[in-house]
Amino acid sequence: MNTKFRQVLKQVLVLLAALAGALLVGALFLLLAKSDPIKAYTVMFSGPVNDKYGITETLVRTAPLLLVGLGIVISFRSGIINIGAEGQILAGAIGATAVGTSLPDMPGVILLPLVFLVGGLCGAIWGGIAGWLKAHLSVNEILSTVMLNQIAFQLYMFLIRGPLIDPQEVSYGTGVPQTAIIPAQIWLSKLIPGTRLHSGIIFALILAVLVYIFLWRTSIGYRMRAVGAGPEAARYAGIRVEWYLVLAMALAGGMAGLAGVVEVTGVHHRSLEGLSAGYGFSGIVAALFGRLHPLGTIPAAILFGALLLGAEMMQRAVNIPAAMIMVIQGLVVLFVVSSDHFQRNPGSLAQLKAKVFRGNVDKEGGEL
Amino acid sequence: MVKKIEHLEMVGITKRFPGVLSNNNVNIQIKTGEVLAILGENGAGKTTLMNILYGLYKPDAGKILLNGKQVSINSPKEAIALGIGMVHQHFMLVPTLTVCENVILGLSKSFIVDIKTATQRIREITDTYGLAINPDAYVWQLSVGEQQRVEIIKALYRGANLLILDEPTAVLTPQESKELIQLLRNMSAQGNSIIIISHKLHEVMSLSDRVTVLRDGEVCADVCTRETSQDALAQLMVGREMAPCQREGTFSPGKAVLELQEVYSQGDKGTEALTGVSLTIREGEILGIAGVSGNGQKELAEVIAGLRKLSKGKISLNGKESTKMSPANIIEQGLGYIPEDRLRVGTIPSFSIWENLILKDHHQRPFAKHLLLQNRVIMSHSSSLVEKYGIKTPTLETPTSSLSGGNIQRVILAREITRSPVALVAAYPTRGLDIGATEYLHSKLLEARSNGIGVLLISEDLEELMSLCDNIAVLYEGRVMKVIPVEEANERVLGLLMAGIAEQAS
Repeated sequence: MNTKFRQVLKQVLVLLAALAGALLVGALFLLLAKSDPIKAYTVMFSGPVNDKYGITETLVRTAPLLLVGLGIVISFRSGIINIGAEGQILAGAIGATAVGTSLPDMPGVILLPLVFLVGGLCGAIWGGIAGWLKAHLSVNEILSTVMLNQIAFQLYMFLIRGPLIDPQEVSYGTGVPQTAIIPAQIWLSKLIPGTRLHSGIIFALILAVLVYIFLWRTSIGYRMRAVGAGPEAARYAGIRVEWYLVLAMALAGGMAGLAGVVEVTGVHHRSLEGLSAGYGFSGIVAALFGRLHPLGTIPAAILFGALLLGAEMMQRAVNIPAAMIMVIQGLVVLFVVSSDHFQRNPGSLAQLKAKVFRGNVDKEGGEL
Repeated sequence: MVKKIEHLEMVGITKRFPGVLSNNNVNIQIKTGEVLAILGENGAGKTTLMNILYGLYKPDAGKILLNGKQVSINSPKEAIALGIGMVHQHFMLVPTLTVCENVILGLSKSFIVDIKTATQRIREITDTYGLAINPDAYVWQLSVGEQQRVEIIKALYRGANLLILDEPTAVLTPQESKELIQLLRNMSAQGNSIIIISHKLHEVMSLSDRVTVLRDGEVCADVCTRETSQDALAQLMVGREMAPCQREGTFSPGKAVLELQEVYSQGDKGTEALTGVSLTIREGEILGIAGVSGNGQKELAEVIAGLRKLSKGKISLNGKESTKMSPANIIEQGLGYIPEDRLRVGTIPSFSIWENLILKDHHQRPFAKHLLLQNRVIMSHSSSLVEKYGIKTPTLETPTSSLSGGNIQRVILAREITRSPVALVAAYPTRGLDIGATEYLHSKLLEARSNGIGVLLISEDLEELMSLCDNIAVLYEGRVMKVIPVEEANERVLGLLMAGIAEQAS
């Protein structure tokens, strides 16, 4: 147990070091953008933990990140890479909104589960398409999910501008692309009055535990991990690899779809432009940062929720371009993925040290 | 020019890996023109020791003396500079380049490569030692044995006069092995020193001048080959007396459990790999499949397991036609299968021991109830298998990839046999295993036979086939040349059949 604890501690330290590295390089970019990195980072890190507002807003962002991240964990563990969460979020959101707005008189006890079901299903179908293409036609899932993001985005925009646009927008002539408000009985309850924090975060936390149980304690989860870790051995053991690839993508899409539902029922209460807010991509980072473990994704999603919020705050306080946030996020991905190398090969840290050290010797030796 | 290695000594070498003492105070020495064999079971620390000598690992303690002077070897580059060359078990060649290009790869410092001079030097080397290799041939055109010679040329080209070979015959056919031994003798006669890592006794006996036996990381003997015997070495290596496996009792055929009728199937490249194979395996029979590998053995095992489609023919398992069954269905009908590739097919490397032990039964009671894995049942099942099959592992949670080849094979064997199959296909089950593990596997196959399981044993090792099988079928170019009872089989008959010559064999 003690050694296991030390292993986890080491993993956490390596990840934090990667994060620090990313921020250090990010500071260079901030300097290039003529902003004060110290001031920027101070706002970025103190903002989200300073007060009730910061903490609750962090958790508001954590919920969709965690849900997307859980889907990513399922798909990556099953050996299929899902870059399509962005589109799956939109599919889930629009499905949930459509059902919610068309059944305004149904009691919440029935309508809320229905909305979640439909939203999850829409995401699952969107993800499942990529899974099916991969399993049966060997279409690279990275390409297909990225393309499906585009299709989902355009479809979504078409729906909220046209068929599903808020009738009020039409009658007022404003034409803001957004749907009507969903009935109040399916608004997620607020956890702390006066803030935006809603019960979606609890839903996400429960799902994290369920995903953990699913992957490591059920026979289906076992099969999916087997397909991911050793497809040939899985086939040898009689597991239908193709089927589980489709299932993995459908589940991943379903999780992202639920993230969309949570954003609709918990935050916006309608579908509108910019709803996914990049959660589909940040969720991938959160899952990687959480070492592709459902429970590890929880702190990672909180951390990235705080980072997203901190970045927004920094943008306002220091007046740096919004694109900078994307730069820093990108750096974090690069560093985290690179740090994986050190996690996998325990000796490589020492090797790196030796290499750096010997590198000097070699240079001296080169003179001879 | 590299200085000649007159005398090399490794003194008090100790190397620890997390949880394992891989080398403990090991001493070896070798003189010019000598062939030293490092003998030991898998996991005895042979490869670690050689990797230290080649600069891949740093020892925790001990020193290396070269011509009486202490040297420190921190990288293969430094080892090469001292005249030490190593041929690894897995070749490091670029298939799309020529022999010559592979040999000079990474050597040239100028922008323009002087192929002509290099070819000339390679020819000198091949002529000196009788290595029949055309420097202009592409590596992908070469046989495994020839590729190995390219590796040797690579080392010689870099000026090596001490060659380390790690299990050089593991990948070779018997004929190629003989050629290699001849070549190495020739090289040592011309003043090169050779260290060969092996666990094959007859090779060690026929090739080496001296033998250093390693057991559990320690030197347990250092003897002149002439003054010892194969049996003595086997005992030293394993640490106990060996009882060779031999099938017992007369063969009384039961009912057929696995039948192939005129089976045709395509290989990975789309060519016919099996052309009309008909075989019958009966209860309590071990049917051997002899043949040079690549003559349809892999495809044969896969069609039986349902992992490869038949283009024609019929297979029945336990009385039912299984031709079109799914792999899962065939497993259910009672087929056990020990696949050739135990690391990628037989097990999932990153999965723990217990996860691999339930690979085929994870969805069934008692291991799963209502989709939930029953960890307590699985764990007690796994630990009893670990004990019963002598799987050496620190814990049940240990990833299978960190086990030795022999232990991985025990995991597969434990899983396949406890499922009590009616028929068992074993493809090269002892390939790469040491004596102890091989002996164990043989005893288990014989046990399966006496329990009435029909076993199909695919092997390249004729000795193995002749000591275990009741009948031996020889596979050549996708068809069965002949099925002969073991009493009529000998190396000459089988060898001729394996070469596709049927007439003289009868």
